[in-house]
This record gives sequence, structure tokens and C-alpha cells, in this order.
Amino acid sequence: MTSVLSSARIARFFQTYAVLIMIALLIFALSLMSDSFLTFRNLQNILNQNAPLAIMASAMTLVIIGGGFDLSVGSIFAVAGVSAAWIALNVDPVLGLAIAPFIGLALGTMNGVVITTLNIHSFLATIATSMVFKGVAILITDGRLIPVRIAEFTWLGRDKIGGIFIAVIVMIAFALILTFALNRTAFGRKVFSVGGNEEAAVLSGVRTDRIKIATFAIAGMAAGLAAAISVSRISMGQPGAGIGMELQAIAAVILGGTSIYGGSGAVWRSIAGVLLLALINNGFNILNADPFYRDLTTGLIILAAVGISASGQRR
Amino acid sequence: MAADRDPDRGEPCIRLRGIGKSFGGVSVLADIDLDIGTGEIHGLVGENGAGKSTLGKIIGGYYSAGAGSIEVFAEQVGTWTPPLALERGIAMMHQELQLVPALSVAQNVFLGIEEERYGVLKQTENARLADVMAASGFELDPAAITSDLSIADQQKIEIMRALAREARVIVMDEPTSSLTADEAERLHETMLRLKQKGTTIIYVSHFLDDILRVCDRVTVLRDGVLVRTADAADETKGSLVSAMLGGTRSETPYPQKAPSEFAGKQPALWVSGLSAPSGVSDVSLEVRPGEIVGLIGLVGSGRTEIVRAIFGADGASGGEVRLNGIPYSRRTPAGSAERGMVMVPEDRRKQGLVMTLPVRANMTLPHLRHYTMAGGIIRAALERTRVKSLIDYFRIVPDRIDGDVTHYSGGNQQKVLLGKWLLRDPGVVILDEPSRGVDVGARQRIHEAIADLAAKGAGVLLISSEIEEVLGLAHRAYLVHEGGLVGEVDPDNATTQDVLWTLFHQDDPNTETARGSAP
Repeated sequence: MTSVLSSARIARFFQTYAVLIMIALLIFALSLMSDSFLTFRNLQNILNQNAPLAIMASAMTLVIIGGGFDLSVGSIFAVAGVSAAWIALNVDPVLGLAIAPFIGLALGTMNGVVITTLNIHSFLATIATSMVFKGVAILITDGRLIPVRIAEFTWLGRDKIGGIFIAVIVMIAFALILTFALNRTAFGRKVFSVGGNEEAAVLSGVRTDRIKIATFAIAGMAAGLAAAISVSRISMGQPGAGIGMELQAIAAVILGGTSIYGGSGAVWRSIAGVLLLALINNGFNILNADPFYRDLTTGLIILAAVGISASGQRR
Repeated sequence: MAADRDPDRGEPCIRLRGIGKSFGGVSVLADIDLDIGTGEIHGLVGENGAGKSTLGKIIGGYYSAGAGSIEVFAEQVGTWTPPLALERGIAMMHQELQLVPALSVAQNVFLGIEEERYGVLKQTENARLADVMAASGFELDPAAITSDLSIADQQKIEIMRALAREARVIVMDEPTSSLTADEAERLHETMLRLKQKGTTIIYVSHFLDDILRVCDRVTVLRDGVLVRTADAADETKGSLVSAMLGGTRSETPYPQKAPSEFAGKQPALWVSGLSAPSGVSDVSLEVRPGEIVGLIGLVGSGRTEIVRAIFGADGASGGEVRLNGIPYSRRTPAGSAERGMVMVPEDRRKQGLVMTLPVRANMTLPHLRHYTMAGGIIRAALERTRVKSLIDYFRIVPDRIDGDVTHYSGGNQQKVLLGKWLLRDPGVVILDEPSRGVDVGARQRIHEAIADLAAKGAGVLLISSEIEEVLGLAHRAYLVHEGGLVGEVDPDNATTQDVLWTLFHQDDPNTETARGSAP
């Protein structure tokens, strides 16, 4: 009887912490294979490079817990990025950085309003708005790149405070704030309830439309913040930036173990998902492995992770 | 004793010996010896968690027995799964029907046993269906789409599906839990007809009156143990209840009604001329503080639609609603909750609870603004204390504040759902089927809670498909037919039979003149 209990408990443990176990195994393997892997410098670089994606994945977690999908964050990233560069060049560099999250917030709110007023699935709505936003980014720049080589602009993506990249600090702070909002506030509870059982939430007096709009607004804002960091780092506004980032963000959320059916999940899981994807990449670089195998390997790992979590949902 | 074969009945079609079952180390059935006679209707009764559904599912192959042996038509069975059970002639009808809503009657009946040639369907379905209908005595349009049919008709499809597979034994798990009295009655007639044609039925139900009326023999289970099997003729409701509960406790059906002195009080809920596109027409009613008012009607009569329009879950097209004399137009669930009017919906899994959230978060969901400080931060300690007190009040098992509601029994889920709405004292409470599909103990506790609510001054609007329940609890009751109110009854001076008679004769032109008047 106890053995039945404990084996069920072990299975549950593996399901809950699958992503962490995989990260631990990868770190162990990579540190055996290369001396340069397990260094503070390399690890911080990995975090720093992936800070924009981690910020977007954190916010995507809220959208997915709330029962939605946002396929437009890559395009929001592009609009916010080129706007930041244009304003930095033509108005003020700091204003350019500061305004990017607000542009993202506005576009994300638009997504939310479209989804709730037209009452269409977020998947469809954001495919459409994603194209609209992509078009806007090209119109802003006339299809050209906008280089911004000013120190007042590049600090966010490149500088450190006390030996830590500012981007990493921003990413950690953002993830902590979202974690707090999700687990300790009324708003977070309502996000879980909307994704878990929308009808019950409505009948409980939750204004579900407002909650959905809020999750998309936050996802938009995160894309804007990520764009500010990214544009600042490469000192260049590109209308084609951010393509595919929405899928990477969703992959990271799912890899972390947040349910795609909504109603359950956690921000730390998505950060862990981003790290896992990043470590696979880093491993290919360190080992000088054939990059042609990179996508194939990443895809197989995502399949494995989704398979593990799906096996836990069958009762 | 249960194992002894009754010489009056044929060979047992199913012979269970020493059946045991445990889930996650917890024993739910132990050492069950039971013979099901060929051609009998055999009732399985017991409280929720007593193991009656589990036993039914073991017979149907949905669960494997942890211990013991199963003999079917005098043959020992080994591995036992639903398809294997079906091969030997045992079909199972679930509480939640297993039909494909978008398919037609004929397609559902023959799902998986379609006749085909080289993968192309033969056009023989209607002819085959006619045979099955003749055998069952049902008449349904073969081309009708399943989701357009009533639950009673959908059950017929499920039964025909079993017959089409030549099932000789049908296990029915709580088939009447979502039916009204008349639909249940029709199912019972069907069961008796099937019995005449030689089909054996294992009937799992909470409704003891039904069991006593339809079954030949009854088996009582308590805490996973078989208490006794006896001829239904030798049992009474009281003897079954005391066997189920273990003590000699006699049934104490309904709590004492508070004295009804409502004249002159301002109604807590006042509705005039309410109409809605969902089929509600010209409903006027009132509920005074402390009063329990019932809505009685057959399924499909529009009871739920009326309360949803009052609550604001559906839009209304006309009429007026006042709460404590204050007009309330443009109703929404959120607005109603803010004004102290709450609704406990009929389907706890689909509309009531958020299954992915623990007990605590479910209970406080409608009241979060009373449990937060600046910035919307939840006051967890306050929340825990309040939730714990409700868990104690309702005697919810397990008594864990953060328990996972998915794993709770129906009765305890229902208590969580009620607790969610009673967390703050509401002024008007709408209860839609508050005790559907729960066991005797939980039911009694829920009835006490409803009486308590009224005693504390809430106005209660109660819907139940069990007319007896409404008569037992309510001070007054309205009769509902086709989305409108067609009369009022005094529960203290009416019987279930009176009420049913009135409701059944609503469509009868001879009683047209009686419409609108109390029976």
C-alpha cells in the first residue's frame, strides 16, 4: 500500500518538476563536456541573451492560464522596437526606451478588446492583429533599419549594475511582480478562474472580459519591454525583428508545464522553459555540434515535455 | 446469504465472489459476494462513497477488480474491459451519457458497429434501427441530431446502443439523476419492458422510492461492504436508509420550516412581467425575507431560464426586477453578486466550481473584494479562517482548506458550491437543483443549510426536480409551464401526486379553464 502511494508520488514529482530535472541533467552533461560552460560569465550571458524572451514568456503564462493564446507578441515586439528607435533618434533616447512598453500595452489592450467585443477565439484574433502590427512596423520604418548608436540608448541592453546585467535584473523583477500578482492578488485568482471555468467565473460575478483584456494588455506590455531591451542591445530598430518569438514564448510556457487548457500554471515554469531552450542552444554552440540538428533536437524535447504533462492529465 | 441462489429465479447471470477494490491504497470495496439473477432488476443502493457505482463499473468492465472473481453466464472471466464485457452481453449506461452530440440517433446507436463493405458504409442503418426500436419499444426519428433531443431521449439512444450490441445485462448508473419525475417514470416503464423481454438490469440509484418500485431485489452497500440483499417487497424506505446509514436512525426528511409571517414585509425579490428570449414569458413573483419559495415544473418547462433571467445570466426582453424595493435593471451576474443576490447553478462541474482551483479559491471567488487590501492583495489569513468555518459548518470531507475539489465526492462538491455563496450572508439566494446527485447525508446537511439561510433572513428561490423536496422545504411554490407561472401551491396542503397531475394536464385542452388557478 505504501509502495503504491510512493510510486504515485514519485510520478507526480516528476511531472511537477520535469522541466527542472531536465535543466539539471543538461547542466550536468554540459559541464562535463566543456570547462567553459559552468562559469558565472557563461551562465549570466545565457540569462542576459534570453531576458527579452523570458519577459515575454512570463506574460504569455498569464494569457495561457487565462485560457487564451497570443500569437501577436512577436509583431508587437517589432512595432515597439522600431518606435523606440525612431523616437530615440528623432526626439529623445530615454523617452524612446520608456515609451516602448506603453506602445506594447496599447496594442495588447487592442487585442483584448477585439477578442472580447467580437467574441472570437484569441488564437484567430491575434493571428489577424499580428499581421496588422507587422504591417505597421514596416510602415513606420519604410522597411528600413533604424540605427541608434547613442550611449543613452544602449545602456538598457548592454550595461551592468554591480556585475549583473540590467536586462537580467529587469527580467527577474518582472517575473517576480507577475508571480506575486498571479498568486497573491484578486486579479491573479480571477485569471485562474477564467481559464479554469469561464462559465463558473461569470456566474460568480467575475467580469471575465476585463480579466482577459488585462492579460493581453500585460502580454503586449511585456513585448514592448522586451523590445526596448533588445533594440537597445543591438542599437538598431528592425521592422523584421521579433518574428517567431511568439512561438518560442508559447513553447517555453508549455515546456515549463503550464497547462495549455488554462486554469493552472506558474511564471517560474516559463522562465525554466526559456532556460531549457537556451541551454540546448548553448550546448550546440559549446560543443560545436552541427546546427542543422538544433531545431530537430529542440522540437523533440518539446514533444517529450508535452507528452509527460499530458500523461499526467489523463485520469 | 446473498450468495444463496433463489430457486424462483434462473441461473445467476453474474456471480461475484470476494470482489475488492482500492484506489490509491484506500479500500472502497471489500469482499463482495453477489449473484445477479437472470432477468431481474437488481437495485444497488448506498450513500455516496459506499461503493455502489464502483461495483457497477467493475461489472461493466470500467474498473478492474483488485480481488475476487467474476463469473458471467457461468463462465469465469479473466481480463475485464468494457469491450470484453460487451462481447459477453454486458453494457453500461453512465450518469453522463457517452454519445456524440453532433451525430444522428442512428449513427450513435451503431457507432463502432457500422456495417461496411471495403470501408464504405452500407445503407442499412435505418432498417437495423427499426429492429432495435421494435425490441425496445422506443420511437425516435433516426435522423434526429442527438444534441437536439431531451436527456430522456438521449438515454433511450444509449439503451438502444446497448441492445444493438445484443446486451443481455445493462448496468445503469444513476440514470435518473438529471431527469424530472415524468421522464424518470418513462425510463422506469422502459426498464420494466426490457425486463419482460428478458434483459437483466442492475440499477444504481439514490432514489429509494424508485428502487423499491422497480426492482425485484435490492442490495445495500455501506462503506464498501455488502450489508444485505433482499427482495424489494420486503424492504421499506426506512429499512433501506437505516441499512445504508448503519444506525437505526429513522429518516428525518426535512428540517422544520420557520413560521411563515411574511405579510406586510417588503419583498427581498420582486419580479413583475419578466420576459426573456430564452423562453420566459410574463413572470411575476415575489420572495420575502426569510421565505423559501419553490419553482416546480417539468424539465424544459423554463424554471432555469426564469431564474437565469432574474439573476442576469441571460438577457431579458421585458419586465421589472426589484431587490428590497430598489429597481434593478440591466442585470449582470457581477451586478447581482454586488447587490447580494446569488445563484447556485444546476451543474456544479460545468457552471459551479473551477475544478483547477482548490476549495479556498473556489469559495472566495465571488467575494474577493471583501478579502483584499490595497492593491488587490488577498488577505490569506482572513480567507483561511472564513473558509475553515464553512468547511466545519457543512461538514465537508476532507476538511482541507486547500483540498483539490476534483477528487471530492458529488455531495462534498455541492457543499463547497453552496459554501461559496453563503460565505457572505446574501439577501436573495437562487438555488437550482441544490441536492442533485448527492448522498443522503449530504442532502440532509444541505437542507439544513437552506433552512438556516431563510432563518437568517435571506429570501430563497428553490428549484428542484424532486417535487417532494420543494414541498418539504418551501413555504410557497409556483408551478412553471412553458416559461410562465401557471399557478401556486401551498406545500403543506399539497401532495406530489396533486402537483404532478396539475403539471401533466397543462397541455390538455379539457383543463384549459383550470390554468392559472391553484389546484
